[in-house]
Amino acid sequence: MYAWIWRRLPGTWQIKTVLALVLVLVAGVVFWHVVFPWLEPKVQFDHGVVNGTPSSPPGSG
Amino acid sequence: MRVIIRGMGELCITAGLILMLFVTYELWGTGQYTRGQQDRLGRELAKTWQSSNVTTEKVKLGSGLAMIRIPRFGDKYRFVVIEGVERADLRKGPGHYPGSALPGQLGNFVVSGHRTTYSAPFNRLGELRAGDKILIDTRDKQYIYRVTGREIVKPSAVEVTAPVPFHPKKRPTEKRITLTTCHPKYSAAERMIIFGVLAAELPRAVAPTGK
Repeated sequence: MYAWIWRRLPGTWQIKTVLALVLVLVAGVVFWHVVFPWLEPKVQFDHGVVNGTPSSPPGSG
Repeated sequence: MRVIIRGMGELCITAGLILMLFVTYELWGTGQYTRGQQDRLGRELAKTWQSSNVTTEKVKLGSGLAMIRIPRFGDKYRFVVIEGVERADLRKGPGHYPGSALPGQLGNFVVSGHRTTYSAPFNRLGELRAGDKILIDTRDKQYIYRVTGREIVKPSAVEVTAPVPFHPKKRPTEKRITLTTCHPKYSAAERMIIFGVLAAELPRAVAPTGK
């Protein structure tokens, strides 16, 4: 997979390295700002409110 | 065949790296957000306290209500308590259950907070011992609560938020505080509850102009 991407990148190895680093950075930013905030409420290993989800009014049940 | 095996290996390594990044996001990245919000809410709260206007207006959902300090966790431990316990509220800091008593009122002042993510305001709640102070600062008064006990309960145990914990029907005769967070750490299987009662209240001197 990575070898395939490496072969597709244009230019000399210096340019390839820079491009590869940019790709990694872009992937990281997308994960950090888009995927993780979306995923975070679904994982919920840290949840301190009594009575189920915080989105249901607590104390009503 | 070799290509497939190599591809699988690369996928596994990639998945591992993404997972590590996600853990970093949960434990550190979310805290960055909370710190930013806490700074903003702290400034807003200080501004409200400095103004001489008196208002009976209720605190809006999502804005700062009081300041919580727990001396056992060090001098630097302070969080603005947010009104509300929705997910968005608890991201900003510990949240007061709307409808439960306000600080110093008869009944139960109930506050919930994250234990491991979003700056983990209630991370060390398990270290509290009976008699430890919980300081709640409001505009006019400082309320000093003392810890009376700790319970581990099921997430459905709403009775701990009752004006008299575990006795939802009883009328309150004491001024209590209840802190709730998740238990054990990194899990949402149970809840840790800290109970306390008001021990003293001190009037706040007129705020000095300019810090």
